[in-house]
Amino acid sequence: MWDHEIRAMASTHAIIAASMLAATVVPAIVVPGFSVYDTHLLWIYSVSGAVSAVSVAIFWLLGISPPTRKHTLGYKLSRLFRSCLYFFLSCLFFHTVVVLYGAPLIDSALETFSLAVLLSSLTTLRCLCMLGPNVQAWIRVFSRHGAMSVWDTCLQITVTLTVLGVWVGAFPIPLDWNSPWQAWPISCSLGAMLGYLTGLVVAPAWIHYHRKQLTYKCK
Amino acid sequence: MKIRSSAFASLILILEAVGVALFLGGFLPASVKSSRPSKSTLDLPPEPLSGGSHNSSHIPQPLFNRVVIMLIDGMRQDVVFGANGRKNMPYTRHLVERGSTLSYVARAKFPTVTMPRIKALTSGSIPGFIDVVMNLNSPALLEDNLIWQAKTAGKKMIFYGDRTWLHLFPKHFMEYDGTICFVSDHTEVDNNVTRHLDGTLKRDDWDILILHYLGLDQIGHSGGAHSPWIQPKLLEMDDILKKIHSSLISKEAEGSLPYLLILCADHGTAETGSHGGSSDLEVNTPLVLISPAFKRKDGMESPVKIEQVDVAATLSLSLGLPIPKNSVGRVIASVFDEASLRDQLRFLHLNSHQLSSLLKDNIPDYEKEEGFEQYRVAEKAHGSWMKRYLDGNPPEVLANMGKKVLKQYSEALSSMSSVLSRQQGQYDMYSMSAGIVFVIQLLLLLLLAMPEALSSSAAVDLPVVSALLSLPFYLLCLLLASVHVLLCTSTESACYICSLSWALVFAAIAFTAAMSLVLLSMMTRRLPLGLKLYGKPSLKTSDWSLSDLDLFLLVGTAGHTLSLGSSSFIEEEHQTWYFLLSTLCLAVFQDVCRKYFREKRGQGSEEQEEFALPLKDKPKGETDSDKWLSLATPLFVLLCCRLLRSLNQTGTQWAHLSDVGHWLNRAEHQVVLSLLSALCLVFIYFLIQRRCSLVSKVALALGLLGVYSYRAAVGNVLFPWQHSGRSMSKGTLEARFVYVFVLGILFTGTKDLLRSQIVTADAKLKNRALWEIYSGLVLLISLLFRPHNLPVLCCSLLIQSVMAQFIWKKLHYDAAQTTIMHYWFGQAFFFFQGNSNNISTVDISVWMIGLDNYVKGPAIFLTVLSTYAGPLLWACHLICYLISERNRSPVTVGHGCYCLAVLRSVPAAAYMVLVTGLRYNTFIWSVFSPKLLYEAMHLLLTAAICLIFNTVEQSRTSVAP
Repeated sequence: MWDHEIRAMASTHAIIAASMLAATVVPAIVVPGFSVYDTHLLWIYSVSGAVSAVSVAIFWLLGISPPTRKHTLGYKLSRLFRSCLYFFLSCLFFHTVVVLYGAPLIDSALETFSLAVLLSSLTTLRCLCMLGPNVQAWIRVFSRHGAMSVWDTCLQITVTLTVLGVWVGAFPIPLDWNSPWQAWPISCSLGAMLGYLTGLVVAPAWIHYHRKQLTYKCK
Repeated sequence: MKIRSSAFASLILILEAVGVALFLGGFLPASVKSSRPSKSTLDLPPEPLSGGSHNSSHIPQPLFNRVVIMLIDGMRQDVVFGANGRKNMPYTRHLVERGSTLSYVARAKFPTVTMPRIKALTSGSIPGFIDVVMNLNSPALLEDNLIWQAKTAGKKMIFYGDRTWLHLFPKHFMEYDGTICFVSDHTEVDNNVTRHLDGTLKRDDWDILILHYLGLDQIGHSGGAHSPWIQPKLLEMDDILKKIHSSLISKEAEGSLPYLLILCADHGTAETGSHGGSSDLEVNTPLVLISPAFKRKDGMESPVKIEQVDVAATLSLSLGLPIPKNSVGRVIASVFDEASLRDQLRFLHLNSHQLSSLLKDNIPDYEKEEGFEQYRVAEKAHGSWMKRYLDGNPPEVLANMGKKVLKQYSEALSSMSSVLSRQQGQYDMYSMSAGIVFVIQLLLLLLLAMPEALSSSAAVDLPVVSALLSLPFYLLCLLLASVHVLLCTSTESACYICSLSWALVFAAIAFTAAMSLVLLSMMTRRLPLGLKLYGKPSLKTSDWSLSDLDLFLLVGTAGHTLSLGSSSFIEEEHQTWYFLLSTLCLAVFQDVCRKYFREKRGQGSEEQEEFALPLKDKPKGETDSDKWLSLATPLFVLLCCRLLRSLNQTGTQWAHLSDVGHWLNRAEHQVVLSLLSALCLVFIYFLIQRRCSLVSKVALALGLLGVYSYRAAVGNVLFPWQHSGRSMSKGTLEARFVYVFVLGILFTGTKDLLRSQIVTADAKLKNRALWEIYSGLVLLISLLFRPHNLPVLCCSLLIQSVMAQFIWKKLHYDAAQTTIMHYWFGQAFFFFQGNSNNISTVDISVWMIGLDNYVKGPAIFLTVLSTYAGPLLWACHLICYLISERNRSPVTVGHGCYCLAVLRSVPAAAYMVLVTGLRYNTFIWSVFSPKLLYEAMHLLLTAAICLIFNTVEQSRTSVAP
């Protein structure tokens, strides 16, 4: 059951994880003075960019996204436009939530927004790739028993773990260790990435071990 | 014996408060104090002279002219005196071996942490934590101390080094530069001290120079006691000492008094590099006195052991200053070896007199003490020596006799000093563990009773009678009593429990024994039940499975309790609560989405809520606006909380950041503040007047007007029609005007409540009465809050009403969930209003509202009320809300009360255990102990609230039959 999908998922995730690694290593060689802590924003953007590019490419090639009814250029363009809009809105949304959680409003707005961009590219972009700019499908997937394929389950797991990672990543901020990684937003972005990577590993494994129990309603 | 949940909960909480008191009694060492006011000049005793008229009461001439104290934080005694001393600090070692020096090993008392140790060095006393609490807002050392004495005597002092000194002795130094340490820095912090040296040493305008080097301690903390940085740091210190010494030698002039250079440390360092405990490595510190006044040494002698507190007494007398009153130290006799015999005797006499008066103040039957008697004898012998001295007896006779008197004095001193030191500076582990056992037993009882207490009958069956009548009970009593007697008769140090009266102790013993048996029988009763339930995912009642929200509430409570083990999480506890509260809002939001989207399109999720929102164009009939409001409520609450947290910056790390509260309190923003507080008062009125009777409404309006005029009278806000040249008053009249209305509202509320309880049993009347009492409380708190905090009050009322209206009622949260949410909100509001876990944020200015002079009772009441306003308001709202919801389920009140008790006891009990484990931690005085006091106070308050719960619920039983 689902063996083919699980294998595809594992390899996809391996590629995405490798792209994240590359997005860290390559700038470290190419850009002088690059470091994860000191030029953190650069790193965030490089990882977000790499993950976005690779996810879009892979999911487009795999063709997991729901089949479009119309194949006209205009429809595709409007989908693209809506996807971009949703991505931007999700950045704003994450920014707002992070500020509501207590991030400074004005002082480090750029850092906060970078974190929001990272979160959006790790979560929203994946939803966009898999489900398209279709809010109803999103709500379906993220309701309790709404998954309709292994990919939906995979999406649930990675997104939940990413958000959980950011949440846990905020814990060490009040500690007085004066470590470089306690600076805003490094611990949170590290948490997000670790959560995402965990999600990438856990999702195929979990689905593999629970493949007997998994049953999906048909559409 | 069957008792209701609420009665059970309040009983447990009250007993826990007793346990905590026991723990505090053992944990907070009482300090030995002179009964005379601190910092008053002591009338010195005259020099004894038998038979003759009284002699002069002066202190002999100072021995030293200039004093340089070089304090190296965390230096162990073996770096100088040990085998490697020559390599570590060559110059110092050379002086110790060959120079005119005196070297000692000074034993520091516990806790081996910088601030108490500085206090010990300068005042000679062993500071108890309770002293820190007593001088609430000022970290300054209020006791009599050497620095203050020197300043009063007109000595000019210069200080460079650790900033702690500047907090302890503000405005005492002519010149100063305080350094603070960052964890990884150990060079810059010392260079900041040394850079002043060259200039200062050249000058002649100072008498005492104090240098406090932090670098060595920093290295120890970051790299351990064997870090490679230690060696160079010690060499650097050695060079500095050499520099100071040679400069002092070059300055020395013929005929003037000699200099004194002191090398000392505040505490040692353990092998791991940390300190705070009482191991030998930590308590033994080096003390080297360098002065031409001492005899030149000709070889290494093993250093004499003294106490660290002896330094203050010795230094005071050698500078011609009186000994600090609370000093328990005795003078180091060898320092005065070169002085004349008459002066030597006089020094010891002054010290013994000071110690004996301390003894008189602290020990009831001081006359029976051996030391005191020895002092009497020595003083008499001193008197006859003086007579012979003045008569001109031959020097050999005088010398022989004087030696004897000196010996008598030093024996008296050592026994008096040891008696005094025994009184303090030790944790009383017996009382502490007794308190912990007591509280843990109660907590276990509380938790074991959970299935019954939260059942639909809300009553707990305690097998008390069977426990009391069983044989094991008496055996256990006997056993505990014998253990108590054994411990009390064997311990040397003072013990809190042992000082209690026997009846009290026996009651406690009987209670503990009974409780252990009750616990045992409850456990056996639970055991088969637990086995039966095993496998089901139910925690509390069998028909209630955990939802996401429940899981989060439990995890949050447990996580907060665990976070109390870290000093930074305690300092920044507000962050924990804000974080949990924000997540709670989002979780509630998700619940709301689930509820409203389930039928149509499944549920929204936490991350995607924004996309869920535009979906509700489809009308849902009559509940559409309700749905919108319900959806908006958690987001609105989230926004409110975000605004409130920017109102008062609190905690430690980010407390210096500017916040809205500061901005509002600036003089140029007074108009904004006035408008804001007026607006808030109006809002408060509209939020609480709904449920009150007409009379109360009028009283409330007048009262709130009075609050504003009070604030205008004391000059916080502007009155629209006031004159510019108005004089500032204390606003006593206005405040009393408000008090009248508060009392009026509370009185009508209580009267109605009593009537509904006893006479009519009318649920509606009771409801109104409770709301009236609640609004009276709000009015009182609005008077006590500073104007910039009125938004906190306003928001809390607003959140309470919208949450009650749209969330708690609509989503049918049960009593337990509602209680946990109320508790979390209460905790967050405690910090929103600007409190922290530091004693210094308590606003003690409230006692003067409406009072002309300090009256202890009302002052304490008002301070506690204003400090705990947040938790109190939310707990009171919980009572009112649960009572008004009682028609839904009659046992909600009992459940709520029980949950509140659990929520309060779990962190309190866990924290007591944590504090006991961390009692040798560096932050024990600065962070953990204040938090312990806050926890204890909060526990007491919660017990009071549970009692109110209990009284309010009472009528149910009276109505039922």
